[in-house]
Amino acid sequence: MAIGKNVPRVDAVAKVTGRARYTDDYHMPGMLHAGYVRSTIAHGRVTRIDTAQAAALPGVEAVYTFEDVPQTLFATAGHPYSLDPAHMDVADRLLLTGHVRYHGDEVAVVVARDRLTLQAAIAKVAVEYEPYPVMVEGAAALAEGAFEIHAGSRNRIGESRYQTGQDVDAALAAAPIRIESHYRSRIVQHCHIENHIALAYMDDLDQITIISSTQIPHIARRIVGEALGLPWGQIRVIKPYIGGGFGAKQDVVLEPMVAWLTRRLDGRPVQIDLSREECMIGTRIRHPFDIALRAGADEEGRLLAMDLDVISNSGAYASHGHSVAAAGGAKMRSLYPNAQVRYHAQTVYANIPAAGAMRAYGSPQVLFAVECAVEEAARRCGMDPLAFRLKNVVRPGDKDGLTGKPFLSCGLVECLEKGRALIGWDEKRAALAGGQDGPIRRGLGVACFSYASGTFPVCLEIAGARIILNQDGSVHVQVGATEIGQGSDTVVAQMAAETLGIPYEKVHVVSTQDTDVAPFDTGAYASRQAYVVSNAVKRAAEELKEKILAQAQYMTGIDSAALDLQGGAVVYVEAPERRVMLLGDLALASYYDKEHGGGQLTADVSLKTRTNAPTFGCTFVEVEVDIPLCRITIREICNVHDSGRILHPIMAAGQVQGGAAMGIGAALYEELLVDAESGWIYNNNLLDYKFPTPVDIPEIGWAFVETTEPTSGYGNKSLGEPPIISPPAAIRNALWDATGVKIDTLPLTPHRLFRHFKKAGLI
Amino acid sequence: MRQTIAITLNGSPRRFDVDVRQSLMEVLREQAGTLSVKQGCGVGECGACTVLIDDAPVDSCIYLAVWADGRAVRTTEGECRDGQLSPVQQAFVEEGAVQCGICTPGFVMAATALTERRPGEPLDRDAIRRGLAGNLCRCTGYATIVTAVEKCICREEE
Repeated sequence: MAIGKNVPRVDAVAKVTGRARYTDDYHMPGMLHAGYVRSTIAHGRVTRIDTAQAAALPGVEAVYTFEDVPQTLFATAGHPYSLDPAHMDVADRLLLTGHVRYHGDEVAVVVARDRLTLQAAIAKVAVEYEPYPVMVEGAAALAEGAFEIHAGSRNRIGESRYQTGQDVDAALAAAPIRIESHYRSRIVQHCHIENHIALAYMDDLDQITIISSTQIPHIARRIVGEALGLPWGQIRVIKPYIGGGFGAKQDVVLEPMVAWLTRRLDGRPVQIDLSREECMIGTRIRHPFDIALRAGADEEGRLLAMDLDVISNSGAYASHGHSVAAAGGAKMRSLYPNAQVRYHAQTVYANIPAAGAMRAYGSPQVLFAVECAVEEAARRCGMDPLAFRLKNVVRPGDKDGLTGKPFLSCGLVECLEKGRALIGWDEKRAALAGGQDGPIRRGLGVACFSYASGTFPVCLEIAGARIILNQDGSVHVQVGATEIGQGSDTVVAQMAAETLGIPYEKVHVVSTQDTDVAPFDTGAYASRQAYVVSNAVKRAAEELKEKILAQAQYMTGIDSAALDLQGGAVVYVEAPERRVMLLGDLALASYYDKEHGGGQLTADVSLKTRTNAPTFGCTFVEVEVDIPLCRITIREICNVHDSGRILHPIMAAGQVQGGAAMGIGAALYEELLVDAESGWIYNNNLLDYKFPTPVDIPEIGWAFVETTEPTSGYGNKSLGEPPIISPPAAIRNALWDATGVKIDTLPLTPHRLFRHFKKAGLI
Repeated sequence: MRQTIAITLNGSPRRFDVDVRQSLMEVLREQAGTLSVKQGCGVGECGACTVLIDDAPVDSCIYLAVWADGRAVRTTEGECRDGQLSPVQQAFVEEGAVQCGICTPGFVMAATALTERRPGEPLDRDAIRRGLAGNLCRCTGYATIVTAVEKCICREEE
């Protein structure tokens, strides 16, 4: 049995020895290097572009401008293709553009024989612009008569609303306790350590092969086909190991360009390898949200209603479009299902880098607002914020306010109780009850979240698994699900071993996805993979096991119903200690028996998942605030999660610690700074954009409340994204607890604290 | 302008003909084939390209190849000998210190330098964190990496 065990991670040795191959390790002889000429203004039109000097530089192979590229608009979002035209992604991209929409937009591309020449040539392309009005904030782009960033769009990408319950307005009007506030999150960037990189070449006149650091190889294949007007089958995308993505690589960024370039350049290999500075502006960012929230509660501490009005700023291009704001709103609904909710969101264009998917996809922004408002409701009731939450959060048997579906597995109350004990909530609260007045003050905070385990029913959920019995009794597993660091390959191996009844060490997962051979799966996003792949792997393993036992029956004459596969051997169901034959012997006969036998025993399953399990959890934190220094220090923090059954405790803890660390970064340090007037970006590098180093992250506690999710192959639910969601609100609530100052905008930098402390008369 | 440099790479004497503008990282990746040396920023911010030069950790992306002339360079490739992981590598595997893996070789080298620097000297978790402060990881939140290094130091003390 492999599920739930800390088996060795399948790729750990490859990675600690430096032998794991990433896209940049597929260096080809004669490979050309391409790079973008990026706009130096945030909004405008190119009036003149002079490439002659660059093209004349020895070692430069080609220079193409926006005038040279196909004029087919395409969409880049890493969503499954939609058969419903109304649900298709917004096609607003060209390979290069003469209408630049953010500081760093791509007006030309240079191809050179080496990187040094490339950089010199890019600097020699002269570009002149006619500036257009710059709109950095969503509200400015929505203003009446605002300049259209995309013609005909009115700067609107999408809008949606839903409502649960009877009458949110009436409930709010009648509520004895009413909260009204405005919550803002600023721009966060993924900062995966491997920058975006892709390489393309051709082996003949038609087929284009792309090696790319992508979370979504099968989607990338389709989008390259759409962008270049080529049959999708002519495109082959290979995804080797990737150095992090966090959603920025759930988008097609470089692949269409390298594919187009190799076609223009006689199939020669062409690589684009973004610099850190480019990657931080020229790929994707997290959408900044502005949320106006009204909430109502009664004096007994019941949360009655919430009304959210959201503006999601998607920046220069639609990318994931309105999906992020819609998903954030939908997934929040599971948290307080007994309160009425109205959710209205608009997604808009603005002159900032394009926003796309980022870990937890809209939920961190929405739940920051919700958990700040809930905190206020609790405090206004005079209740312990934890007690207030325990009174209001989802319990098993509660029903989704919109669909009426009951929540099957739900351990949030237990999570809150576990966190309460872990951090010593009651004792610490009692110790702080006397009040504080010194320069250093402590505070406690809590925040909850709800999330989902995929995108169904909004999007297709599909997973593929192929399991092949090798001659030696080991198996190879191919899945379309992509390993991006989260440990996907390892849990797939555990699942296959568990269901087949063979040792974990006998399972080899093919880590590389090659769209020419890998089963179809839409890739790593939405914390979907372990959930949707579980049923595909389980079914494939069951089918293969059936074939193996049929082969055993053929070889021994024993009815296969009396046989089982355990520990890598065929045994009797009734007497598992009695071995009928080793799987290796069976496999050898199946392959090589000249007259009989099943040949290469294989199971190949493509499965659509039509369920989606909500997941839950919470963050508890104790902070120390240095008021004169305007600095927050986390003394203790822990995340507690209900992610169903835990497949691999060490890796699960790793997801929680890593996700919570990213949440701490977003809470305290991280903001991509955009000049409000010019749209100029100040800090697109890792020196000035402060993502946490080893000394900035405290020890992060974690715990799980294990439930069994019946819709999942192994009882598991999502875990990759959720840990990032609740730390920021918990920290903000703890800051309030410590100082009496509530701040409704992230991040809680010393600069922001200074302004609020000053206003509150603390300094 | 080109220049020939002689270095001891993972214990073997090697000569490379380099463009004087090239970083050591570029020469290690493109000529020596030591692909464990990763680029994350190119300007010494992230530590993914950390190698040991005369046993001291250095960001090879901002270290010119010509400066390495006559010196001993260690990369992650050289840490695993005869199919045996080094103590640091082994601890990274056991403690779950590896996720996407792109920062791992740099961390392995920084951690190797840290554990070798003052053998027998105990380091607490804060000191380990300070010792690794030049390396960035976006996946793990660092705790498992710190634990892995702690484990190596404890093993050495045994």
